[in-house]
Amino acid sequence: MNAFEYASPTSVDDAVSLLSDSWGETEVLAGGTDLLTLLKQGLTAPRLVVSLSNVKQLSGISKKGGSLEIGATTTLSELVANADVQEHFPALVTAANNIGSTQILNAGTVGGDLLQRPRCWYFRNGFGLFGTHDGEPLVPTGDNRYHAIFGNSGAAKFVNASSLAPGLIALGATLSVQGPGGAREVKASEFYSTPKSENDREYTLKPNEVLTGVSIPMQGLRNGTYEVRQRRGLDWPMVAASVAFEHGGGTVSDARIVLGHVAPVPWFAEKASKELGGKQPNDAALKSASEAAVADATPLSRNGYKVQQLRVAVRRAIEAALA
Amino acid sequence: MAKLAWPGPDRRKNIGARISRLDGPEKTTGTAKYSYDMNREGMLYAKLYQSPHAIAKVTAVDTSEAEAMPGVKGVYIEKDRRGEFPNITYAGDIICAIAATSEEIADEALTKVKVSYSDIGSPQMNDNDPSLISGRDQSKEQGDPDAGFGEADAVSEGTYGLACITHACLESHGQMAEFKDGELYVWPSTQNVSGYAGGLARAAELSADKIHVECQYMGGGFGSKFGADKWGSISTILSKQTAKPVKLMLERDQEHKVAGHRPSAFGTVKIGVKKDGTITAWDSDIWGSGGMGNFRMPPLPYVFTGLPNYRTLGRGIKVNRGAARAWRGPNHPQAALITMCALDDAAHAIGMDSLSFFKKNLHLTDRPEVYAEELDKAAEMIDWKGKWHPRGENTGGSMRSGLGLSIHTWGGGGGQSDCAVTINPDGSVVGRTGTQDLGTGTRTVQAIVLSDTLGLPVDKVRIEIGKNSLPASGASGGSTTVGGVSSSTRDAATQALNALLEKVAPDLGVEADKLEAWDGRIQEIGNPSKGMSWEQACSLLGGMAITKQGSKDTSDGTILTVSGVGGVGIADVTVDIETGMVTINEYAAVQDCGLIIDEKTCESQLYGGTIMGITYALYEETVYDPATGAMLNPDFEFYKIAGLADVGKIKVHLMRGPKYEDRGVVGIGEPAVISQGAAIANAVANAIGVRVPELPLTPDRVLDAISKGGVA
Amino acid sequence: MSTKNTKHEPSGISRRGFLKGVGAGAVATGLLQEVSESAGIAEAATPTTLGPGEIPIKLNVNGQSRSLNVEPRVTLLDALRNRLDVTGTKKVCDRGTCGACTVLLDGKVVYSCSVLAVEAQDKKIVTIEGLGTPDNLSDMQAAFIEHDASQCGFCTPGFIVATTAFVRDNPGATLEEVREGLGGNLCRCGTYAGITAATFEQAQKGGA
Repeated sequence: MNAFEYASPTSVDDAVSLLSDSWGETEVLAGGTDLLTLLKQGLTAPRLVVSLSNVKQLSGISKKGGSLEIGATTTLSELVANADVQEHFPALVTAANNIGSTQILNAGTVGGDLLQRPRCWYFRNGFGLFGTHDGEPLVPTGDNRYHAIFGNSGAAKFVNASSLAPGLIALGATLSVQGPGGAREVKASEFYSTPKSENDREYTLKPNEVLTGVSIPMQGLRNGTYEVRQRRGLDWPMVAASVAFEHGGGTVSDARIVLGHVAPVPWFAEKASKELGGKQPNDAALKSASEAAVADATPLSRNGYKVQQLRVAVRRAIEAALA
Repeated sequence: MAKLAWPGPDRRKNIGARISRLDGPEKTTGTAKYSYDMNREGMLYAKLYQSPHAIAKVTAVDTSEAEAMPGVKGVYIEKDRRGEFPNITYAGDIICAIAATSEEIADEALTKVKVSYSDIGSPQMNDNDPSLISGRDQSKEQGDPDAGFGEADAVSEGTYGLACITHACLESHGQMAEFKDGELYVWPSTQNVSGYAGGLARAAELSADKIHVECQYMGGGFGSKFGADKWGSISTILSKQTAKPVKLMLERDQEHKVAGHRPSAFGTVKIGVKKDGTITAWDSDIWGSGGMGNFRMPPLPYVFTGLPNYRTLGRGIKVNRGAARAWRGPNHPQAALITMCALDDAAHAIGMDSLSFFKKNLHLTDRPEVYAEELDKAAEMIDWKGKWHPRGENTGGSMRSGLGLSIHTWGGGGGQSDCAVTINPDGSVVGRTGTQDLGTGTRTVQAIVLSDTLGLPVDKVRIEIGKNSLPASGASGGSTTVGGVSSSTRDAATQALNALLEKVAPDLGVEADKLEAWDGRIQEIGNPSKGMSWEQACSLLGGMAITKQGSKDTSDGTILTVSGVGGVGIADVTVDIETGMVTINEYAAVQDCGLIIDEKTCESQLYGGTIMGITYALYEETVYDPATGAMLNPDFEFYKIAGLADVGKIKVHLMRGPKYEDRGVVGIGEPAVISQGAAIANAVANAIGVRVPELPLTPDRVLDAISKGGVA
Repeated sequence: MSTKNTKHEPSGISRRGFLKGVGAGAVATGLLQEVSESAGIAEAATPTTLGPGEIPIKLNVNGQSRSLNVEPRVTLLDALRNRLDVTGTKKVCDRGTCGACTVLLDGKVVYSCSVLAVEAQDKKIVTIEGLGTPDNLSDMQAAFIEHDASQCGFCTPGFIVATTAFVRDNPGATLEEVREGLGGNLCRCGTYAGITAATFEQAQKGGA
């Protein structure tokens, strides 16, 4: 790692005041499970690391109005242990527990999970976000088994690796962000963006903004997550699906199916969501929703298997939500 | 007089018992010191600079900016024997090294090194394309294969293979080196304590007698840690240059790139078989890669060497990746995968169940009775009868289960070993051998042999290993250590005991050759009332301890260790045909290894080998970018090894009884890991009805086979 | 390879000229006050920064307060192993994927390779050495020995810290729960059968 200065302010405002308006000049430290790896790989070399460990107001879960408010530095352990989260948002509990490592859950934070950088092994081994060497793209003709099957027509072929994002988007969550200009809110569904250049990141957060929390409306939606993971312990999913819908016992409505680990951003399966809406959630409906989820997939040379896994994940996520 | 031969079952107290490894307390409390843990006052940390290019000529190395950093104390630039910069042939190869006062500074200093290259080339990274074969033909023929195929009722033809993997030792390679009074002291992570020093003589500019090697604990070798390696020399040179202790341990990514690979093997096998299960012919065409080095064809047909008609061909492909090194049971996992899967396919071709087919053909092996017994035992452990179904005939539902089996062999006779046993006048006893304990339980084995020979409890003897100043013992390779050290310890202890008996005989009024050591006493054979305690006996030595040196080739020629073992594995798996996921339900491992010294640690080899086998069957492979040759998974994130929940229920059984134990001691470290790939691959084929040809059996490969094979 | 933008500063004094020993981020008195233009509210003084050079910190390791100097970039793992010679905790992947570096931080298992030493101040750090000694083994350590749950032993410290915390938090855990609860640690020699047996046995005893 490069040598950096370290600050641990006690307020969000102080933290914001320390951040640069260019990526990589400064970095925010929460749980450290991703940032320290990025630093060790030389993927970022900030002159200052701003820790949120002393910004106590960013941690905690509380109910406010009809929503559950989750502070950004709430750990994943705290998230899965929370009674309200367990009762209302099993999709998130499953996704967090699927990480498979108590050590990661104890240190990793909700905000950190949402903001983690891609796991793409070209990126992590120094070939940049777009996986190039001497200007030539490596991923299309390289080993792209873990790469995107949607939204991959541009330079970005990596997948978004957030465990919680698909579920939060499906549940209609809102993220709160604070910057030099004050606080703002952004829908989780609008938070992520595919970078256009190597210096971009994978979300609409600005370099000098801090993600402060997540607000999830408690609307009694059925919700569930299914991930296809090769190992049962610490491992990344090959594909993931989180779903949320209204289901009083008859037909499904307000269905939102969001796919993880298959695109540079969490992927809203619009067709599939529409397919499921207004139907009894029987085998035929689940099948057609699953097929619709993968209908527009554009797999690369080595990740076609994800299409099959994804149709299964969508179906099983809906089944989990109904259970 | 005490006899060298191993005691019979009724005369063994510790031999064959379940004894906890002696270094358990050190390992479980963090007090065991490994090479990586060695710290010294003023010690420098050395780090290696790797080539990002797979093919390149280094033309200049500028370390000036790095050297200007405060804390940077030493620089080493790799040159070959002609004084030229190295020709790089794989990404990750070493170009230079920096020694600094902290790891952080050394790491940062590497980023300031500037290297110039010329002739940057495009690497060849494909090891499974026969059109890329460049090695010489290795072929063998026996009988008349073409006639054999003519006689067959069915010909089964298939493609089989397994990807290149690394050793992935948890403790990376490296050493701590320091010079004291003109002599060199090193703490390497090694499986070759006695033989290590030679590799440093040139770098140290010292004769071997002035190079002191110590390794008491090491975090895994699996065949990759025999030599001092480039980095051993580098840390030695830097220590000399800076006059400071230098610790150089490989980073995890380097460990995957430069510290050894298990060669890949792919190819086709054609087997001719009669309806009654007789194998009439075999024809195999195998290729693979040992990196830029030579490819050795796996021994085919494996175990079934008595096959009357066979033809084998093996050829290598050069790939720009790090050099191959012996990987636990070299070439046997590959041979087993290719052979046992091909045979399993042949069984299916004539509609015969695999167990019957294998048993029918055991006469083609070296030890048909042993394999028959072991197969029966494993079948019972896994409930073959209750669970077996013909391949793919378990339609319905997304979860399909299946069984598969494999058999294997190994040598494992004791390697060269010397041991010195000292009996002190106060009754204390120590055995000393320049051997190593990789986690294999060496020091415990020696203590058991020593204590049983002298009639003492295990905790009344001490074992010293891990230093090259002790009597030399061979490297821990080939599963030769247990046979070597148990023999040399037995030999030394018996000689020492007999010397003691000579001293005691007059006092007891019994001739020395009518005395024994038993249950803490020296006594007339079978007569405790005519004897004295061990301590009393030793006090008769007066001021002079007894020290005797023994060898694996014993002082009177008694044979205590032999070579040759067999073993089998049966896997019970479930495949989710929708996602391609393979789950191990159970695995039964049955193994013979002659006389068992410590049943507990011996069984652990079977558990451990099975887990390592499950890992290469399901998860493990090295991945390279084809264009740049960069390794894409030099980590433990995407270089996947099995976790605790991935291994299912493992059942192990060691063959016991005079038929096995009277042979002598044979090693088990490597046979333990050979059959799993094949057994699991066969179980998957049985479960889903089609062969997944290549290991690891990752979901993408399984789904690919399912879609091609049209699984119902 | 990506370029690295490294700056090396020789002392512990930040570029802003503040000096603060313990990273609590407290605001020092008599310092510059900046006024936020948009809100018109006086902001607190610009928070203190530490490093990039070495700074003195105190770590509470196994009940002992240890003083040491580290750069902010030093991980807790490296501080323990390299600065304090507490070497039971091992370095294997250094990327938070294998568990060999597992320690307890305020009672919770974490990967010490993924925690900065400066962030571990004011916390209770327990390493394998703090759980027991050869003459005074913890129940879990004794169980590991009994079930032969170590071979080379390099993963053992991380596993024992993890299993100790697991049984403490999951008394009476079933075999399946034990299997699911230890996913953050890897072993290459393959000691899982022994580890599972030892942990299950201890969990059934109610955790120790």
